[in-house]
Amino acid sequence: MDTLTLSRIQFALTSAFHFLYVPLTIGLAVFIAIMEYRYWRTRDPIWDKMARFWTKLLAINFAIGVASGITLEFQFGTNWANYSRFVGDIFGAPLAAEGVFAFFLESTFIGLLLFGRNRISPFMRFFAALMVALGTNLSAFWILAANSWQQTPAGYQIEGGRAVLTSFVEAVFNPSTVPRFLHTIAASYITAAFFVTGISAYYLLKKRNEDIAVPSLKLAFIFGLTFTLLQILLGHNHARQVAYTQPAKLAAFEAQWETEGAAPLLLFALPDPASERNTLEVGLPGMLSWLVHGDTQGTIQGLKEFRPELRPPVAPLFFAYRLMVLLGLYLAIVMLWGAYLWLRGQLTTRSSFLKVLFYSIPVPYVASQLGWLVTEVGRQPWIVYGLLKTAQAVSPLPASQVLTTLVAFTVFYVILFGIFLFLMFREVKGYDIGPDVKEQLKVSEVTGVHSSYGVR
Amino acid sequence: MTLNTIWFILVMVLLAGYAVLDGFDLGVGVLYPWLAREDKERRALLTALGPFWDGNEVWLLTGGGALFAAFPLVYATVFSGFYLALMLVLFALILRAVAIEYRNKFVEKKETLDLAFFLGSLLPALLFGVAVGNVARGIPLDAGQNYAGTFWTLLNPYSLLLGLVGLAAFILQGATYAMIKTKGEIYQRARIIGGSAWWALVGLYLLATLYSAIEARHLFANYTKTPVIYVFPLLLWVGLVVTYAALRRDKALTAFVGSSLSLAGMVATMAAGMYPNMVFATDPALNLTIYNASSSPLTLKTMFIIAVLGVPLVLLYTAYVYYVFRGKAEEMEESY
Repeated sequence: MDTLTLSRIQFALTSAFHFLYVPLTIGLAVFIAIMEYRYWRTRDPIWDKMARFWTKLLAINFAIGVASGITLEFQFGTNWANYSRFVGDIFGAPLAAEGVFAFFLESTFIGLLLFGRNRISPFMRFFAALMVALGTNLSAFWILAANSWQQTPAGYQIEGGRAVLTSFVEAVFNPSTVPRFLHTIAASYITAAFFVTGISAYYLLKKRNEDIAVPSLKLAFIFGLTFTLLQILLGHNHARQVAYTQPAKLAAFEAQWETEGAAPLLLFALPDPASERNTLEVGLPGMLSWLVHGDTQGTIQGLKEFRPELRPPVAPLFFAYRLMVLLGLYLAIVMLWGAYLWLRGQLTTRSSFLKVLFYSIPVPYVASQLGWLVTEVGRQPWIVYGLLKTAQAVSPLPASQVLTTLVAFTVFYVILFGIFLFLMFREVKGYDIGPDVKEQLKVSEVTGVHSSYGVR
Repeated sequence: MTLNTIWFILVMVLLAGYAVLDGFDLGVGVLYPWLAREDKERRALLTALGPFWDGNEVWLLTGGGALFAAFPLVYATVFSGFYLALMLVLFALILRAVAIEYRNKFVEKKETLDLAFFLGSLLPALLFGVAVGNVARGIPLDAGQNYAGTFWTLLNPYSLLLGLVGLAAFILQGATYAMIKTKGEIYQRARIIGGSAWWALVGLYLLATLYSAIEARHLFANYTKTPVIYVFPLLLWVGLVVTYAALRRDKALTAFVGSSLSLAGMVATMAAGMYPNMVFATDPALNLTIYNASSSPLTLKTMFIIAVLGVPLVLLYTAYVYYVFRGKAEEMEESY
């Protein structure tokens, strides 16, 4: 395999791995900020307990999130030096802004959350949690602004073979930044919501820690319901933006070969790139046109309008996209079921629902990965849509070196993920706060499991 | 003063900040097997780093981001050119992060994670100096600004020496920090090691200066032209003297400040010698400078505004967090 392919696989692998941790951090930080807020306002020890518990899980998650993030910042330079030279005038600034405004904020204040509970006032604890939440969400904004610039470049001109900034605001707020940011943030809150409801459901099923499980489930449920429903709109809005700004990408993930009006929304198809058609199609007539244009007769550009070498791969995108949407709808349905149960006072007691919540924890993770696959593979063969091909952007490294690091990352990350799961499972299974909170807080071992961040 | 020069200074400030702050994290990690002999001591030492290490590491991320934004051609050439070495640093940093956070959760593998913490600190502490040595001495570049050497070319004696200088400086920084944040046995060990590290650093630094006169004479050109920049090596030596005196008088905080000053002084000394070059090439015509490797004036200006808005805030709340956790690690209510 050549340097280009290996570098692409490595970047895909390392960013997919990073994104196993990021959404949970973004969402959970917000939940914890709310819990700390409630504790500050009410001084009810339940909120304190909840905040402490979920912060322990956040800590396990945060560590690998940070560690795997450095990999990505380095990789633009290590493996994509020609990309960095071409876009550095524009792409570097949001990354630096991410560091200055967001990384410092989250990484500094998390120290207070993890170690400083008893040294700062409840208000400062809330403030610290709020800063961590703000930092993670801001971080998402900046990196998505940069990544969106790759998709829909704006605010630049080409000078001397490089992209040169003409307007920072236009570059940052390019046509896809806001849709992609909102879509990703919603996905993060959904991930955190299902994580929290799932674990809370687990406790309720086991009849343990009900005092924190009930309010946790309710809080997370509100986020889950809100954002799974909102996501339908945000996803739709994002797809419309893709239709207008990256027509080849939309054509690929909709397996739309011909430019036509009244384009059907394909629910299933078997794309045949060699003959530039689908050998099988099952779809809703006119619905793709309707989704994109609000008019069932609207024209959708087909893949055949683009030269074959400028088309992204169709089958992976088509199926990944459909599956992502399916999973998203599934999550919304689960939340709607919960809403129905809440109206009947059974949100925290219907065991079938609780089981579904528990087993649904991984679903947002899968959906997110699929989404990233669609957006990044859908951008191929471009690394900057319409300006620079991925093939032109790679560093001239010996393939053997890249193979070495790729193998190293794979092994390393698999082991890390295993440790992560092990620690998460143990933290959740071992956690049991007895009836008397005050007594527990005096004891150095809060759980049956060895506890770090323990109160002495 | 041009924007390019301003950004040269800012990038160096970020790197100096990283050296001073994550320097003590790395230093403690390198000294870990000697400072802490039993579990209680290990937990105390990790707790001494606990609230700070993550924020400290961000200085590297932001420094890298600023380098990318202000001097993308340097970022591209150095990061791809030093590929395997940088990847080693990266793996080490990941290892370190996981070791610190998981050591007391994954108790079955305590010893393994202790080793991971040590190695994850040793490798970067050594390799950062090696990287600096290479860009200062000169690396082979081709016409496309790509590195034309191999991994082993990077391990030349000059760069290895600078690597050792950096290592000694980080060890001293870690030792003085450990003196501030611990007491009893750990404190005593740190004090003794600090003393030895001081002598090692002075010796290695003098050797490196001599060797530079042979291998990297171009670094002295600015000093001849503009003697006022001797203030940087002066600061460096003032820092070293202060550290020495403070170590002897058991003044941990003063020693740490002195060590920090000498570290910052080292970065400044090297930077002043390299200016306006950021990467020397074996063929000087191919040097990457703050002019030929930078971003456009608009980008530099925009970035400057971002820095002016963001950095003072960062310093403020960073200082606050250090203040909250003042005192000995053994006395912290929450720990690893």
